[in-house]
Amino acid sequence: MVLSLLSIVYGALRCNILAIKIKYDDYDVSVKAAAYLCIFLWRSFEIATRVVVLVLFSSVLQIWVLPVLVWLGLNAFLFWWYYRVYDVPVKYHYSRKLLGSALAWARAPAACLNFNCLLILLPVCRNLLSFLRGSSACCSTRIRRQLDRNLTFHKMVAWMIALHTAIHTIAHLFNVERCVDGRVEAKGTIQAALSDLGDKTGETYLNFVRKKIPNPEGGLYVAFTYLAGLSGVIITLALILIITSSTKTIRRSYFEVFWYTHHLFVVFFIGLVIHGAGRIVRGQTDESLKEHNPHTCEKNFTQWGKISSCPIPQFAGNPPMTWKWVVVPMILYFFERLVRFWRSQQKVVITKVVNHPFKTFELQMMKKGFKMEVGQYIFVQCPTVSHLEWHPFTLTSAPEEDYFSIHIRIVGDWTEGVFNACGCDKQEFQEAWKLPKILVDGPFGTASEDVFSYETVMLVGAGIGVTPFASVLKSVWYKYCNDATSLRLKKIYFYWLCRDTHAFEWFADLLQSLENQMQERDNAQFLSYNIYLTGWDESQVTTLGKIKDVINGSKQKPLYGRPNWENEFKNHASQHSSSRVGVFLCGPEALAETLNKQCINNSDADPTRSTLHF
Amino acid sequence: MGRIEWAMWANEQALASGLILVTGGVVAVAAQFKGWPFAAYAIAAGVFVCLLEYPRGKRKKGSTMERCGQKYLTAVVKVFGPITRNYYVRAILHAALAVPAGFLLSTILGTACLGIASAIYLLAAIRGEEWNPIEQKPQERPQVGGGTIKQPPAMPPPRPPADTRKKPPAEVAGQENPIPVTIEAE
Repeated sequence: MVLSLLSIVYGALRCNILAIKIKYDDYDVSVKAAAYLCIFLWRSFEIATRVVVLVLFSSVLQIWVLPVLVWLGLNAFLFWWYYRVYDVPVKYHYSRKLLGSALAWARAPAACLNFNCLLILLPVCRNLLSFLRGSSACCSTRIRRQLDRNLTFHKMVAWMIALHTAIHTIAHLFNVERCVDGRVEAKGTIQAALSDLGDKTGETYLNFVRKKIPNPEGGLYVAFTYLAGLSGVIITLALILIITSSTKTIRRSYFEVFWYTHHLFVVFFIGLVIHGAGRIVRGQTDESLKEHNPHTCEKNFTQWGKISSCPIPQFAGNPPMTWKWVVVPMILYFFERLVRFWRSQQKVVITKVVNHPFKTFELQMMKKGFKMEVGQYIFVQCPTVSHLEWHPFTLTSAPEEDYFSIHIRIVGDWTEGVFNACGCDKQEFQEAWKLPKILVDGPFGTASEDVFSYETVMLVGAGIGVTPFASVLKSVWYKYCNDATSLRLKKIYFYWLCRDTHAFEWFADLLQSLENQMQERDNAQFLSYNIYLTGWDESQVTTLGKIKDVINGSKQKPLYGRPNWENEFKNHASQHSSSRVGVFLCGPEALAETLNKQCINNSDADPTRSTLHF
Repeated sequence: MGRIEWAMWANEQALASGLILVTGGVVAVAAQFKGWPFAAYAIAAGVFVCLLEYPRGKRKKGSTMERCGQKYLTAVVKVFGPITRNYYVRAILHAALAVPAGFLLSTILGTACLGIASAIYLLAAIRGEEWNPIEQKPQERPQVGGGTIKQPPAMPPPRPPADTRKKPPAEVAGQENPIPVTIEAE
């Protein structure tokens, strides 16, 4: 590395000397030795700092930043390129005379809009992504895991669409104003001459506004009678409605409003495709350019057609381009919805319904050809409750089991409807044929199979994030029972953080049964778990005079408050100082930051490295 | 959709409409389009709508996320009492504010959006929703013992007579300790 750095510096030094000699080409310049030294020192300093900055940035670079940078770069490039397409060539010289730079300012974001509308449909093709994830087994899991960030990318592209729509609309406001003014008010100017073209037979028009209605009514008339104007207004309205119903508040509290309003995207895309059909962006035709050179003829615009060097210029509109960009994603999305529908029609049989305390119930189901991995989720629909709603649930069963299960907690009218439909509110035994039809789509998500590639793991589940670990723990247990020697995993530290365990009594039962089974197998040390009830803290508990023993009979009493991560990590690092410890988290982002920091702090140089997965 | 509070969505839509009105108005005024006085009105109306709609109302069920810094505007909006609490008033107000901006192309998008917001507010009003301010909860001093400790007991609890208080002999111990018990030095 030092050698390559030296050679780079030497090369820079030579170039520098050469540049000096070339600049003073006429003279014979002799460079003093001190100058050589100065140049050498300066260039080596420059190069060293640049390399250091590069190394620092790339060490903290997350892999997902790269596609985002590429996307931003493409946006910038398209904007600049199409701006120049309309701002430079002589073909649009007269268009620019009429409209100014607003033409280019409208066409550049239009190109970006084409690009982004192409991209926005792709991240939401869940089944396509699952297919890509499965078939790209050659790529590392790190790359495949980026496919899980599809919704983040979808939102970024949506914001970009909103931004470009704003620029495009504002630029067109100027265009419409200038077109109408050119038609009505400009008298004796070149704008008037250009706008008058098309009035006589045999002429092609440049200014698409033909009626002489003055502004502001003229602008309104244009917007609502021309296809481009009307479709533009409608699709912008659709976009605004989609955006206002997609804010976090609405999405989290009133999902149906978000979901149904979001389907306005169909209107958006249809309008987008027909938006350019009117061909109102006009440029001079090539044949006309041969005969009529705008640079020479623009000065004598009163003489067009009367002198031979400047015949009347002819114009034509550009054909619509948007469909070429969006037709493939639209077809892909159409097939995605077809696949979702077909998959959901596959018969799902509810084999068992288990009623758990505190408004939770478990559905165990079977479906032909259903293959799952640990940590994945499915979408579930219950037509008896609602024909249109699909809700995601993490799978809580292990792949080794012959059924798949989800645990549902009653939080809203859909979950309550399913609860009633499955007869959970009744005491007596339910006939199998009375159970409702369930449609299942999935499974989706990157598997947490990395758990099995470590010897020691720390699993942290916060709140509802504990559900994927049910699947993980069960799968670990099955693998252990099957063939303990083939299981690389030797020790699990499980941290469960929740306000109170009421919501997850079923999980507490699972932990307890695992603990008992491990006791029987004489391997009580395999799984050590700690439950933290963050809704309480020690002082409240002791003054109340009784300790709330939520998990009866558990060998490990629950702890109160939040865990001291630094201590935990230090202990694990010292106990497992020669192996890699995988840390898996399912929970809030703030906790992820904390754990990430602790991982970095407690990781020594190789070979001990704690890597954080979530 | 039993639990939707339409006012929440109407609020987002109205806030967006305010911003769109302001944007369209600024463009038309700055470029001096024909009929720009309508745009000047649109700016004023847009700012007013934004200020009115910025403080989010309290949801009936569940907790409401406040917008950043909304408590100052909440205090102002609260002062008007029933005028701002009632959604019928808001629906009519937004419909009326939207109309003049409809005469100019730059601001007509704002008109359409505000009109939709007005319609959703009307729906909310029909469903009986109201705007309630999000109050700051007063800081509660944590009660020691959950408020159950009132006075220390004045009398010791009654105890049985001395001879029955003797511990039973160790040989007759009825419990098998699963974990060996070590007696720590007193």
